[in-house]
Amino acid sequence: MVTVPKKFGFGSFVSSILWLVFWIVVIVTLVGLPLIFIILFYVPLPYIGDEVLTPYLFFSMMVDPTRTIPIIKFLIHTDIFRVMVFPGFGYAAIIAAVTIFVERKFLAKMQLRVGPYYVGRWEGILQLMADGLKLISKEIIVPSGADKLLFWLAPVLFVATAAAVTALIPVAPGGWVVADIDVGLIAVFAILGFFPLIALLFSWASNSKYPFIGGLRALHQMVAFEIPFILSALSVVLVAGTLNLTEIVESQYLYWFIIIAPISAFVFYISSLAELERIPFDLPEAESEIVAGWITETSGMLYGLIQLGTYLKLYALAALFVILFLGGWTGPQIFPEEIIPGYTGEKIYNHIVINGIFWFTLKTFGMIILFLLPRGISPRIRIDILLHTGWYKLIVLCFINIFAVLTLIYGGIIPTGGILQ
Amino acid sequence: MENFDYKINDTQKLGLEIIKEASFDDRLMTLSVGPQHPGSGHFRFVIKIDGDYIVFCDPDPGYVHRGEEKMAEYRTYIQNIPHLERPVIHDSTNITYSYSLAVEELLGIAVPRRGQFIRAIASEFNRQIYTLYWLAIYGIFLGHSTMFMWPAGDRELFIDLMEALTGARVTHAFNIPGGVRNDIPNGFKERCLRQVSYFEKRLNEYEDIFYNNPLFRQRTEKVGILTKEDAIKLGVTGSVLRASGIPYDIRKVEPYDVYDEIDFKVQYLKTCDSFARSYVPFLDMKESCYIIKQLLDKMPESGDVRTKLQSNVKGQSGESYKRVESGRGALGYYVVSDGSPKPYRVKISVGSFRNILALPHLLVGSKLGDMPAIYWSLNYWPVEADR
Repeated sequence: MVTVPKKFGFGSFVSSILWLVFWIVVIVTLVGLPLIFIILFYVPLPYIGDEVLTPYLFFSMMVDPTRTIPIIKFLIHTDIFRVMVFPGFGYAAIIAAVTIFVERKFLAKMQLRVGPYYVGRWEGILQLMADGLKLISKEIIVPSGADKLLFWLAPVLFVATAAAVTALIPVAPGGWVVADIDVGLIAVFAILGFFPLIALLFSWASNSKYPFIGGLRALHQMVAFEIPFILSALSVVLVAGTLNLTEIVESQYLYWFIIIAPISAFVFYISSLAELERIPFDLPEAESEIVAGWITETSGMLYGLIQLGTYLKLYALAALFVILFLGGWTGPQIFPEEIIPGYTGEKIYNHIVINGIFWFTLKTFGMIILFLLPRGISPRIRIDILLHTGWYKLIVLCFINIFAVLTLIYGGIIPTGGILQ
Repeated sequence: MENFDYKINDTQKLGLEIIKEASFDDRLMTLSVGPQHPGSGHFRFVIKIDGDYIVFCDPDPGYVHRGEEKMAEYRTYIQNIPHLERPVIHDSTNITYSYSLAVEELLGIAVPRRGQFIRAIASEFNRQIYTLYWLAIYGIFLGHSTMFMWPAGDRELFIDLMEALTGARVTHAFNIPGGVRNDIPNGFKERCLRQVSYFEKRLNEYEDIFYNNPLFRQRTEKVGILTKEDAIKLGVTGSVLRASGIPYDIRKVEPYDVYDEIDFKVQYLKTCDSFARSYVPFLDMKESCYIIKQLLDKMPESGDVRTKLQSNVKGQSGESYKRVESGRGALGYYVVSDGSPKPYRVKISVGSFRNILALPHLLVGSKLGDMPAIYWSLNYWPVEADR
C-alpha cells in the first residue's frame, strides 16, 4: 500500500524548486559575483600549470572539466596533501574508522549477535560518528593530584606517535610515501618504542593505583616483545639487503618473503598483537583485574584520542606486515591502462599506482582481520606466561628462521646482499 | 607446560613471609576491588599486593543486604514467595524450592506426584539458567568475550521454556507450598526435548572452544588449589566441593521429592584447581540435560499439580529445616512457626556465603592475574550471600 503525504501537489513542488533557483541566481548575481571580484582585485592570483587562476578559468572549467586536471595534479603532489590526505593521516584514519566498524560487526557475527544496527540507514554504519560525538560532548575529568600537563599531553602524544608510524609506510609505487628514508625499518621500531613510555607517563601522571599497575605491565610487555619483534624483521632484511621499506617491497617482485621466512612472519604477528595490546595480550588494560589498566582515568575525548591512536597503530602494524612478508603493493595488474579509450589529453589516472593501492589496501585489510580474530576466540593471557612466551619461545623461533635464511644465502640459493643487486 | 608448575605451597609460604617482614612497609599496595570494580560484582574485597603477589585478602560482603529474613516474618507463608526469590533471580525456582519443602513439612501438606515432577523439571531448568549465566561471567572475567555471549544467548532456550511453563522470564514465583502454580502447557514436552537436544550439541561446542582452549587452561589449571581437607574444613559446598574431589550432592545425599527415582551420577573432579571448579558446573549441565529427559519420561500424564491451601494457612507450632541442591550448592531454609499465619523466623542458609570463605585462603599467595580466575570459580553470587 502506497502512502502519499497529505497536501502534496506536483505544481507546488515544481514552483518551490523554481523559486529556490530564482533566489539563488539573484543572490549570486547581486552579492556573490561582486564580492568575488572585489576580493580578486586585492589578492594576487597564483599560477597553476601555465595559466593564471582567474574566475574566467573557473568558468571554463565548468564547461570543460578536463581543464581541472593540472590543478588536481599540482595539489596531489604537494607535501601537505601527502601528510594530510593520501598516504598519510587521512588514509590511515579512514582505514582505522572502517576497521572499528568491521571489528564490531565481525565480532558480533562470531558471537551470534547483531552489533551496531540503528545509527545510519544500513547496519548501523554511522555508529562510529555517534560514538565520536558522544565522546566529544562528554566532560573531561582530571583526577585531583594528577600531573595536569602530562595528563593532557599523553593522549595527544599517543595519536601523534601513531601517525608518525603511518608516515613511514609506502602505499603505492612511485614514491607514494610521506617520508622515504633509508633506515625506514629502524625508524618504525624506534617510534614504536615510544608507546610504552607514553603509557607509563600517563599512568604516572593520573595518580591512581590501577593505571600505575597497567603502565608497569605495558613496560614489561614491551621489554619482552620488542626483541622478538625486531629479530623477526631481521631475516627479511638479510634477504632484501636494505632497510628502506620501499626497496624491501620492490625486492619482492619474484616471490613474497613469507615463503622463506614463515616462522618470522608468525613471530611478527604474535609480537604485533602484544605491541597493539590486543586480546590475548591486553594485560595493560585487563578490566577484570585492574579496571581499565593505564587508561582508567581517561574520560571524554582523551579516551577517544587513545582509541584513535590504537587503531592507527593497528593499521600501521598490519601494513608493516604486508610490506615485510606479503609483498606490499605487488600483485597482478587488474586495472586497464586507460579508462576512456582514445583520450589523449593530460591525465591523472595511473594504472600502476591505482593497482598498487588496491592490492595494498586489500592485503592490509586481510591482515587487520587476522589481528581482530583472536579477540573472538581467546581469553586473556597471564603476565608470567606472557613474559615466558616472549623471552624463551619467540626469540628462539626468530633465531631458527634467521639461521635458515643465512643458510639459503651462503648456500648460494639466494644472492648475497639482497635480491636487488 | 612443566615450566609453569610452580608449587602453590611455596608461594603461600612466600606470601606469609612477606607479610611478616613488610607489614609496616611501603612495599605493599592496598587495592579495593569492588563494589564498582569490573571484576567484583556487588561485593568488595580489599587485597594487598607485593609486586604481583597477593599477600592479604579481606572479603567485605553486605552491599546488597535487603533483610529478606526479617521481611519474611511480616508476611504469610504464601506472600513470602515472590520476595524470597529476589536474592538470586537467576535461580529463583531453587531458592523457593527448599522454602516450599520446609513449609510443607511444617504445615503437613503432601504435594501431588505430577506437581513434584514439574517442580523438579523447573528446578533443573533454573539450574541450567544460573550455570550458563555464571559461565558467561567467568568468560568476561578471563577476558573471553565470546564465552560471555554464547552462554548468555543459549540461556534464552531455557528462559523461553520457563516462560512457557510459568509465564515469567526470570522471577517465576512458581513453587509454592503445596505444589506448583500451574500445569504444563500443551506441546511442552516435545518443545522441551527439541531444545534440550539442541543444547546438548552446543555443550559439545563449548567444550571444544572454551575448555580445550590452551590459553583458558593456562589461566585456570594449577591455580587456586583447594585441597580436599581444606575444602571440608572451610565448609564449601556445591561445585566447589565437588571440584575438590568429594562427590557430595544434596540430590543424592538427601533425595527430595522425586530425585530418588532418577538415575544420575554426581560429577566430581580430583584436580582441586580453578579449572576443575569451572568444569564441574559444565559437567553438571550435561548431567542435568539427562535428568530433564528422564523426568519428562517418567512424569504422570495427568493429575493435580497442587494441593490447594487457604490464603492465610496456619500450621502447628514447630520448626523444620529442608535443603536442596541449587546452582551454588546446598541451599537450606530453617522455618520456625508459632502457630500463626506468619512464620516466626525464617533463616536462609546459602551456598554462596559458604564458598566465599575459601576466597582469602586461595587468594593469599596467588598472583594478581589469577584473581578473577579464582574469585569467580568459587561459584559465588554476591546478592544471595547478602540476602
